[in-house]
Amino acid sequence: MSGPALLSVEGVAVDLPTARGNLRAVDGVDLTVGAGRTLGIVGESGCGKTMLSRAILQLLPKKAKLIGRVLFDGQDLVRCSPEALRKLRARSLAVVFQDPMTSLNPVLTIGTQLIETLREHLELDALQAKKRSVELLAAVGIPAPEQRLTQYPHQLSGGMRQRVAIAIALSCEPKLLIADEPTTALDVTIQAQILDLLAREQRRRHMAMILITHDLGVVAGRTDEVAVMYAGRVVERAPTHALFKNMRMPYTEALLSAIPKLDAAPHTPLPAISGRPPDPTRPIKGCSFSPRCRYAAGPCHRDKPQLTGAETPDHQYACFHPILIAAGVTA
Amino acid sequence: MMLDSSRFPTSDPLLKVENLVVEYAVGGKTIHAVSGVSLEIARGETLGLVGESGCGKSTLGRAVLQLRSAVSGKVRFDGEELTAMHGERLRRMRRRVQLIFQDPIASLNPRRKIGDIIAEPLVIAGYKDAKKRHELVCEVLSAVGLDPTLVMGRLPHEFSGGQCQRICIARALVLNPEFIICDEPVSSLDVSIRAQILNLLEEMKARFALTLLFIAHDLAVVKAVSDRVAVMYLGRLCEVGPSEQLFARPAHPYTALLIEAIPVPDPDVRPAESVPAGEPPSPIAPPSGCRFRTRCPRADQQCASEVPELRQVAPGQYVACHHPLT
Repeated sequence: MSGPALLSVEGVAVDLPTARGNLRAVDGVDLTVGAGRTLGIVGESGCGKTMLSRAILQLLPKKAKLIGRVLFDGQDLVRCSPEALRKLRARSLAVVFQDPMTSLNPVLTIGTQLIETLREHLELDALQAKKRSVELLAAVGIPAPEQRLTQYPHQLSGGMRQRVAIAIALSCEPKLLIADEPTTALDVTIQAQILDLLAREQRRRHMAMILITHDLGVVAGRTDEVAVMYAGRVVERAPTHALFKNMRMPYTEALLSAIPKLDAAPHTPLPAISGRPPDPTRPIKGCSFSPRCRYAAGPCHRDKPQLTGAETPDHQYACFHPILIAAGVTA
Repeated sequence: MMLDSSRFPTSDPLLKVENLVVEYAVGGKTIHAVSGVSLEIARGETLGLVGESGCGKSTLGRAVLQLRSAVSGKVRFDGEELTAMHGERLRRMRRRVQLIFQDPIASLNPRRKIGDIIAEPLVIAGYKDAKKRHELVCEVLSAVGLDPTLVMGRLPHEFSGGQCQRICIARALVLNPEFIICDEPVSSLDVSIRAQILNLLEEMKARFALTLLFIAHDLAVVKAVSDRVAVMYLGRLCEVGPSEQLFARPAHPYTALLIEAIPVPDPDVRPAESVPAGEPPSPIAPPSGCRFRTRCPRADQQCASEVPELRQVAPGQYVACHHPLT
């Protein structure tokens, strides 16, 4: 990691009390994101990626217990007052959720929602705020932005709604944008447009971004680093290129090979991962992936593997039986 | 768009859709969901049907089953015309055609036990012998990889999404149908579970000698299971062809756009920045001529005035475009 970290997550764990007992959603995660960098967090439903992002934003459910530190721009968010947090979330820490319909208020016009944000946080007057709103909507690729200001969210398509949500998130020039499955609800052509838009605005604003997704295809071309999560833990993390060229953790490899390949012939059986992720209310002894792992043996069922450094810099994985580096690849 | 059957090289079609038109009235306006689609599916074949949300692919699937009535056009299944069928005859025919939906949890009744859910089609079909029904349910549950003794007495909420989809597949298979319409069967599932379900569908297809219409928006998924692929845009077919050929040499600019937009899990492949802006126009007032022309880089005057007909560009590959890529 070059330069000082903008965000550093240290030993974060999140416990959620449920009727079936304590659910450890996030289980001791350490991460850093440098200014202007993009971190991809990849994992399947229930792996804790969304709870981790909520822990960073301090938007956890009321009953949740958070352990650890979240340092953002020199401040520990866990210890911040609600007022200070509100200011931070408004000005420098923004978020885009998966479903734009639920993050926009259905009974307020697009204009009201944008202008309200701008007036509140940037202390602009009504006219300035309106002018800025039109600029923002144009910047996120919404045609006829001035007319859109008077429309309600339901009058827009899913892609357009997500653009509006991005416009609101970008409105106060945040230092870090957390995009939680921003394109999962969208069609593939619209997904490409939204990811391009995020990348373009990120470069332009020198903003850091955490891109949360279940799709390794989405992070491959669009992130600097990737962290793979499984059962609440980071099981592998590396610079994106190194990760794809030199996967060490069997789960990462299995996740990648389960994606249908465009160059494979039809009816080629997919290397599926057998079984399913463990029940987070019933912690597994040893490596959480061991019941599904084809390399699992001895210690995997006894001890929890810790993240350890690989041969290449900044590459870490948590596995007792890492995949061997292919011959010819120098460490 | 009229098509004579000789233009499709499928020898023994199990399903034949001819010039099907489906429209909905919504708030005094007409939604042109399917506007003259013709296609055939051969016995034992998997036809993939792809397109973005709102292109009419699900409506087409439902119209095949007569769950939506068509404005015009014909649907023939095994030589018999479904569009002319009513009442008991249609119900009998429907036993041979089953449907699997996108959201497996929502398509199972939350208050009924799995054993009863799967036995329901048998009850409707008039299997009176409870022991026989039990036997068939056990058989089909084992076939989809679930343990009947552990599963039958439980409720849907006790299962994960992937397991619920297995239960839905078992329910679709229990009457031993010939044809299954899979409507986005894996889009709500995680990557690792998706691969399991796709493999299961392939396995069941071989075991029960099925013919499949596989509807999805994800081209890579469609390619993995389909012999031929049909691409739909705003109620019309753009292109139909053998999977590999269609992916290697797409002839319709829309097919090419869809392929380009798939995120490739390889950091050395830069994401294509050339995806044109814009979204599908409204099916209430579709564009004149070629419906894709408003997003198409090759569109000209002709595209606005003339509706392109499907024509053959390569063996088995048909495209509806005035300016095809190949």
